[in-house]
Amino acid sequence: MYAVFVIFLPFIMAALLPPVHRLIGDRLIGWYVMAVPLILFAALVRLIPRIADGEIVSASYAWIPDAGIDLAVRIDGLGMIFALLITGVGTLVALYSIYYLSPRESLGHFYVYLLLFMGAMLGVVFSDNLMLLYTFWELTSISSFLLIAFWYHRKGSRYGAQKAMLITVMGGVSMLAGFLMLYFMTGTFSISEIIGMRESLSGAPLLIPAMVLILLGAFTKSVQFPFHIWLPDAMEAPTPVSAYLHSATMVKAGIYLVALFTPLFGGLESWFWSLSIAGIVTLLWGAFNAMKQNDLKALLAYSTISQLGLIMSLLGFGSVALSESAAGDPTAYAAAGFAAFFYLLNHSTFKGLLFMVVGIVDHEIGTRDIRRLGGLMSFMPVTFTFAVIGSFSMAGLPPFNGFLSKEMFFGAAVDVASGQPFAGGAEVLFPVVGWLASVFTFVYCTIIVYRTFLGPSQPEKIDRVPHEAPKGMLVAPGILAALVIVIFFFPNVVGKYVIGPAMSVMFPELSRQADLVPKIEAWHGFNLPLLMTFGVIALGLLLFITFRHWKKVYRVAPFRWTMDSIYRSMLGAGEAGSTILTDLYMTGRSRDYFAFIYLFFLVTVGGMLFLTGAFDPDFTRGPVGIFEISFVIIMAFAAIAMLFVRSRITATLLNGVLGYSVAIFFVFFRAPDLALTQTVIETVTTVLFLLCFHFLPEWKPEDSPLRTKVVNGIIAVGAGTLVTAFGLTVQGYDVYESISGYFEDSYKLAGGSNIVNAILGDFRAFDTMLEVVVLFIAGIGVYTLIALKPKKGGDDVEGK
Amino acid sequence: MKENDVILRTVTRAVVFIILTFGVELFLSGHHNPGGGFVGGLVLSSALVLLYVVFDIETVHQGVPFDFRKIAAFGAVISLLSGTGAAVLGKPFLTQGFGYFDLPIFGLTELATVTIFEAGVALTVIGTVVTIILSISKDV
Repeated sequence: MYAVFVIFLPFIMAALLPPVHRLIGDRLIGWYVMAVPLILFAALVRLIPRIADGEIVSASYAWIPDAGIDLAVRIDGLGMIFALLITGVGTLVALYSIYYLSPRESLGHFYVYLLLFMGAMLGVVFSDNLMLLYTFWELTSISSFLLIAFWYHRKGSRYGAQKAMLITVMGGVSMLAGFLMLYFMTGTFSISEIIGMRESLSGAPLLIPAMVLILLGAFTKSVQFPFHIWLPDAMEAPTPVSAYLHSATMVKAGIYLVALFTPLFGGLESWFWSLSIAGIVTLLWGAFNAMKQNDLKALLAYSTISQLGLIMSLLGFGSVALSESAAGDPTAYAAAGFAAFFYLLNHSTFKGLLFMVVGIVDHEIGTRDIRRLGGLMSFMPVTFTFAVIGSFSMAGLPPFNGFLSKEMFFGAAVDVASGQPFAGGAEVLFPVVGWLASVFTFVYCTIIVYRTFLGPSQPEKIDRVPHEAPKGMLVAPGILAALVIVIFFFPNVVGKYVIGPAMSVMFPELSRQADLVPKIEAWHGFNLPLLMTFGVIALGLLLFITFRHWKKVYRVAPFRWTMDSIYRSMLGAGEAGSTILTDLYMTGRSRDYFAFIYLFFLVTVGGMLFLTGAFDPDFTRGPVGIFEISFVIIMAFAAIAMLFVRSRITATLLNGVLGYSVAIFFVFFRAPDLALTQTVIETVTTVLFLLCFHFLPEWKPEDSPLRTKVVNGIIAVGAGTLVTAFGLTVQGYDVYESISGYFEDSYKLAGGSNIVNAILGDFRAFDTMLEVVVLFIAGIGVYTLIALKPKKGGDDVEGK
Repeated sequence: MKENDVILRTVTRAVVFIILTFGVELFLSGHHNPGGGFVGGLVLSSALVLLYVVFDIETVHQGVPFDFRKIAAFGAVISLLSGTGAAVLGKPFLTQGFGYFDLPIFGLTELATVTIFEAGVALTVIGTVVTIILSISKDV
């Protein structure tokens, strides 16, 4: 119950938000929202000792039991790390947004989306059912879409939101396909059960395809190359959103997914190479592109891409520990997994901090373009301090937490390069590329600090007088800055209580044999990683000073390439293709549409009857009386006469003859309900016809070419013949046992002696309910089509 | 062109109530006899349509001041929600219950939850039919 409550509290509070907003107003609504992650954070922190002892808090409720889909929630060490980030950073971001967003914005929408995202994200990390996880996964994409498009009047926001949505949902759907393959192999959606079947699944033919599809989901969400292109455009979102979704939480959902499935896929050669190579390439490409950005948020976006690549590659390195052919001590490889989690936590602190710093600069100065900034140190001393702490931590300098995790990354890369068990050779490049990317990281960290806060002040390029941010706005980044330093001095507390439990989820068997929590030390002697850090500083400073001279390199292929053009051309091709396809059949003439419908009917139903040889007319049933025959004649007469009448009103009346005759047939066949309904419907339809009469075009003889007439005639006759044949065939068919016996008990089962209504309202009430909804939608459709159609002489919305 | 429709108006005034009563009768009798929510709703809406055809929209609106779009939405919501009660009690969604109660005046009467469901159906039908006809006729 407790576990389910954790996920659903944000949703409940989001549902209650509009009335509360009306009650307490714009000024206080942010505090109401902030309470949600704060309460959850406190609740989760209280659980830490239990989780650290290896306990798992779980709850399960049947949701769609027939399909094996349960509301299964499971709080373990792995989910815990992410949940602490979601609620912890969530609290700080909510606090920050109170000061960041002007009350003139539609705060109600913003906070509902934010809470929706929070609940969805907690759902992702706590789900123990694949389908539940998928549902929440897509919900994070949707809430991210809504938040990126928060300033929807801007073109860039809409473009960025659409791009993020298309790419992440594409990945989500392929992940769903991967999940279904897992279900096909294991017969269960329960994640913990699937992980438990690791041995029996090895060598299954669908294992690798499932892995690829799931990785596609993880890579699109966690912005791995070449799917990273959506993140820079997502920076159109308000800065608190960028800090929260697009650096601390949502983009880490892919990391979570990879960590979650490491016990299943870890040890596979393809898993190792996909993660390591995707991660390393993303790391380098992100860092390289971050240096050339002029917009501080774009710079941070590329740096986030780069660091997510780093975490992804660390998970790849760590997965070697699960390989049976790994030489040496598997715990040494598992240390890379530990480094991944440690980096993940540190990244959320320093990157969240930097986003908030950039938000402050944007908020107080009115721009975040480094070409217009400079010399802000003396105006904004506190913000400057925060920027230094965040940047130096990101660059991997002591005494900040980023130093520890970057050293661990170097160590892991060196280890894996010297002894990974799989054939290849690319692994020797990992430490080199990682080191190069760190140099770039150092360069752009220096750019953030130097170009914004140091250097010459350029007051003529900014509109406002620079000044320090209000105190409230500095609280949230202040807490993060403090954490950056505290974690440096007390890393082992975090290691033991937060990362250790996650390690035992990721390496369940290994953690039983050995302690997977290494002792993190700031001073670890003059070893290779430390020397690499010295190299980073030296080369980084050199590159920064000479940046102006080698900047031209960005104009040379392949360094100027972005993957954007591929995305744009794919989007364009998709639009053009669907236009061609739609124009092919949307002719605007209802006669064509009827021809398509009946042709389709003829081909499918008629073809099926013909192919299976099912046509078997049965003329034996019941005597056909004089009444039936005479009404058939009347109907045939009316139908044929309709083709030759000269006025529309006659045709309408003849159509009425057909309808009322059908009602009379219902009377013959003792179906009073149907007869009644048919009569009333016929009456109402006739009234409708008379109302529409005014608008219908003049009734003129058909002037289409003979060929069209013949084709349409064949289709019409064919459809009529087929319906007749079909009816006769169905009469003689007794393949399945009749189910009408069940309904005969309606008085006993449903308390009603009218079987028809017992079926409609009780036995098959679900159908009826949906029909009611469809009817309602149709009514609304007619209303909107008419009420919203352009006035004569107004804008043509169709654009034709 | 002004039409002389005195007869139609006079007849309508009396007939509308017969149709309305018939509609309610159909709705209530549906449990055991021909009728039910759908056809009951249709008959009721045809009475309204007759009113709209004979008198003009404004006149009818004074007597029947409802927003039929809202009625349609309300009906759809009722039929949706009528199923949730069963779900809360642990039965499959939309399971209907019935029982026999000894009520004053009526004597032993059968009460069934399906009536609520059918009421939702009827309201949706009325709302939708009148909405469609009104939107088309207002468009003239």
